[in-house]
Amino acid sequence: MIEFLVDPWQFDVMQRAFLVTAVASVVGAILSCWLVLIGWSLMGDAVSHAVLPGVVLAYVLGAPFAVGAFAFGCLAVWLIGTVRSTSKVKEDAAIGVVFTTLFALGLVLISITPSQVDFNHILFGNVLGVTDTDLWQVVMIGVLTSFVLLLKNRDLTLYAFDPDHAHALGISPRKLQILLLTLLALTVVVALQAVGVILAVAMVIIPGATAFLLTNRMERMLVVAPLLAAVCAVAGLYYSYYGDVSPGGAVVLSQGVLFFAVYLVAPRGVIVRVWTSRRGRTGVSPA
Amino acid sequence: MSEPAVEVMDVSVRYGDVVALDSASLVVETGRVCALIGMNGSGKSTLFKAVMGLVRPRTGQVRLFGTDPATSRRSGEVAYVPQAETVDWTFPLRVRDVVAMGRYGRMSALRRSRPADRTAVAQALHQVELTELAERQIGELSGGQRKRVFVARGIAQEARLLLLDEPFSGVDKRSEATMTDVLRERAATGHTVIIATHDLTAVHELADEAALMHKRVIMHASPRDVLRPENLALAFTPSGAGQE
Repeated sequence: MIEFLVDPWQFDVMQRAFLVTAVASVVGAILSCWLVLIGWSLMGDAVSHAVLPGVVLAYVLGAPFAVGAFAFGCLAVWLIGTVRSTSKVKEDAAIGVVFTTLFALGLVLISITPSQVDFNHILFGNVLGVTDTDLWQVVMIGVLTSFVLLLKNRDLTLYAFDPDHAHALGISPRKLQILLLTLLALTVVVALQAVGVILAVAMVIIPGATAFLLTNRMERMLVVAPLLAAVCAVAGLYYSYYGDVSPGGAVVLSQGVLFFAVYLVAPRGVIVRVWTSRRGRTGVSPA
Repeated sequence: MSEPAVEVMDVSVRYGDVVALDSASLVVETGRVCALIGMNGSGKSTLFKAVMGLVRPRTGQVRLFGTDPATSRRSGEVAYVPQAETVDWTFPLRVRDVVAMGRYGRMSALRRSRPADRTAVAQALHQVELTELAERQIGELSGGQRKRVFVARGIAQEARLLLLDEPFSGVDKRSEATMTDVLRERAATGHTVIIATHDLTAVHELADEAALMHKRVIMHASPRDVLRPENLALAFTPSGAGQE
């Protein structure tokens, strides 16, 4: 048993994979608490897909991938806001148009870029091929983002719950929105290193959604979500190691499985509700 | 202190092609309870938004306590109670947490509550009779209790001006009475209260004055005068006061 647990850690590659996945999971989980409460899941999806051309361009120019990804994440957010506020198009349509266009641009850039690099790694993650630079970037960005999120946690909750009240207090909701979107872009940069562009959105939605089902206290959500995400990161990577399956897929799959488990069996979950309503009906038998 | 709490002067607001407010003017003195009466779409909510600085008027000006609204907001003088439909009641916050948000403007950047904040929250909860429910998640409350949470937030904020949007919709009689008492008590201690409502029965007991709205303030007088059928007809018939 001990051998089973220790074995993967003997490899430098796996140590890095664990570290990157853990950092991405925890920061994604913290951020996800606000995203699911505000209803910005689609925004998370948009930003994570829209970074693709940024990553490709960064590669072409020899810049750190984080810079390219962050720039295009911000560009996507700005474009969505601009299209929505200066046309009749509703927000979900603006999001759909912007992120698919940028993602498509990324795919086109990949095909016209002569390179030896396997860009599938960007799409599906390459947590087993993390370089020293990547590792350093992920840890720095992850720690910084988590720190800012926790430092501003009360203001972000105020913004998520009642932006008009924030405004009434002279606390700018616009600035908090920009802060949160910037932190989203940074989190996506970290998450895509762990699970790739396509699945990065899972890390900024699923843990928060799961924690939301388990508690109705914000402070507890902010503890439960990263804890669950960390457990899923470890479980997913063990599964990947022993089952020889895609690490990104395994980590996100374990998050999804945990969500549905909680959805079914949590104290206010589906099974308990169906059971109590059945019992309630048979309990009220005529005397 | 003799400055009016609210001065709305010739304020016009448009959303695209829709005129929401057409040169509306209203002055409310401090310590008064004023009811804004009008149909849906008569501009009550927009007037609130203009007072709170959430919409930028095309023309006209708003002054609060004799100064510009932004200054007034920064010193925490304006509180508002939103319509129930606009609040996410599944949000993972307790009654106490929401009331504490009234104190954020007075806290340091980390929004950690100090003893003075906790006292203010406890007192506000006591005033609206929600002390026993302080640990409940906000969705686990009745319609009237939900409204009182936000009134308590305004009290904890020590706001001098309290704006309430439809405070009596979906509220049982007992909660309505509690709320009326709390708001009267606010006014008696020098606070100014403005409610937007289409519930006319509540207005008699609660308000010192009433303003009839139809894209602008078409009448501003005592509730008794404003609530005369011939006057209400001006605001409550679709084509009534729109033309001049």
